[in-house]
Amino acid sequence: MTIKEQQDTIIEEFSFFTDWTEKYEYIIQLGKDLPLIDEQYKKEENLIRGCQSKVWLHAEHKEGKIYFTADSDAVITKGLVSMVVRVLSGQSPNDIAGAAIYFVDAIGLKNHLSLTRSNGLLSMLKQMKMYGVAFRNLEMR
Amino acid sequence: MTNSEPITDSALDIEKIRKDFPILQTKVYGRPLIYLDNAATTQKPRAVLQSLENYYTQYNSNVHRGVHFLSQQATEAYEEARKKIAAYINARFDHEIIFTKGTTNGINLVASSFGRKYLKEGDEVLISAMEHHSNIVPWQLICEEKGAVLKVIPINEQGELKMDAFDELLTKKVKIAAITYVSNSLGTVNPIREIIQKAQALNIPVLIDAAQAIQHIPIDIQQLDADFLAFSGHKIYGPTGVGVLYGKEKWLNEMPPYEGGGDMIKNVTFAKTTYNELPFKFEAGTPDISGGIALGAAIDYIQHIGVAAIQQAEEEVVAYAYGRLSAIPSLRFIGDAQHRSGAISFLIGNIHPYDLGEILDKQSIAVRTGHHCTQPLMDFFHIPGTVRASFAFYNTKAEVDELVKGIEKAKRMLE
Repeated sequence: MTIKEQQDTIIEEFSFFTDWTEKYEYIIQLGKDLPLIDEQYKKEENLIRGCQSKVWLHAEHKEGKIYFTADSDAVITKGLVSMVVRVLSGQSPNDIAGAAIYFVDAIGLKNHLSLTRSNGLLSMLKQMKMYGVAFRNLEMR
Repeated sequence: MTNSEPITDSALDIEKIRKDFPILQTKVYGRPLIYLDNAATTQKPRAVLQSLENYYTQYNSNVHRGVHFLSQQATEAYEEARKKIAAYINARFDHEIIFTKGTTNGINLVASSFGRKYLKEGDEVLISAMEHHSNIVPWQLICEEKGAVLKVIPINEQGELKMDAFDELLTKKVKIAAITYVSNSLGTVNPIREIIQKAQALNIPVLIDAAQAIQHIPIDIQQLDADFLAFSGHKIYGPTGVGVLYGKEKWLNEMPPYEGGGDMIKNVTFAKTTYNELPFKFEAGTPDISGGIALGAAIDYIQHIGVAAIQQAEEEVVAYAYGRLSAIPSLRFIGDAQHRSGAISFLIGNIHPYDLGEILDKQSIAVRTGHHCTQPLMDFFHIPGTVRASFAFYNTKAEVDELVKGIEKAKRMLE
């Protein structure tokens, strides 16, 4: 699936929820379910500091694609993180570098990507795109 | 959870008072706002908003300069506000009241001006482990510049100052002590009177960070005898952008100016500038005129309600909240001081404070989550942060009940 298709699928999934409780219960479940990152990668250099919750991000470049794993100490953040990983992981560096992420807004969680939200999600997204740019440049050498 | 006792609020008619605060009628996500983030900033009564509007619609003009009618009117109103503030904390002189941008600005002023004049290499500045970053970093900056040493009074597990350690740290090497009256993260009320008395016995001046005290506890500065006291207007129902530094006349006269500019000078030549008298020596540039005047209006408002009645109402609602929160399984208080005021910090099981804050927010309950700008304190408790509910006299017991319900829902979702 492309980045766009992944996002549209998530939007579709969220369209079934009728209130915020269901939506958040789903996000919390995503956060709880997914063992997102190998413990060895939960190290200082992979830490993206949000003001309140910590996010770890690990990137692996394999056969022209980037595979992300990530984790957070806060479960709601972790759920959001897992969705962003689902959208971007396994895509090409070029697609990741240029990706427009619209699903967060579309499922009514826009505030999580605003600058005032210090949950590290925005920083994580920036970091993922940086990996995209970096690996793209590496491929072009 | 049993809560059979009837919900009654204090002697104050809280429902009537709430009507004075337009924002308390706001809805968030379609539900009535429950505002329990008063330690971050308080809401503004209509009288304060009216005062801001009156200033800009009727007599906006620069102060202390113009000969024209409006300028004189603005100057009078601004200076009248200074008098009200002086009277409110019972300062000996009006010119001991310096208008600042807020608590942070006031502490930076003292750290810089006092530090430049009195701190030498090897001297010590004494703070406590529960200080807000704004009462840590300004001192670190000046200590670094002067080669002075920052000493820290430790706290116990309840979040109270270890006074025996304070006694040991208080030596002749200490040139100034800067201590918070009330902890913004824990709600601990420190024994400020005792601290000041002990410091003064060694001729050590004391700065009190009153950012979390001024709105909860009546302050008589002459009785306290603090050398400096800083607070923010917006935490005592006034606007943001204005604050107050009280300083004893003697210190303010001796200290060099903090910032240079207009209003703070007597005479300027390129060879030498002589400084204006107090308080203007420390008020360079056009001040926050409307903010100062509106802070005066806020003081009028709380005096109209009655400071003692406010304190009583707040103690009641905080005690009620404390009682109800204690009954929640797996809730633990962060900071459990015997003397407390305003704020209650807690954590629930292994739930991250950010997650809890998020689910409370969705239920239109505004609390603060995080380290509250007291990272060293969070390190002491080995936690990433807390959830903090902080109260004002306009908060009701019914709102506390909503908070408890909100927490229970969050627990069900997150645990």
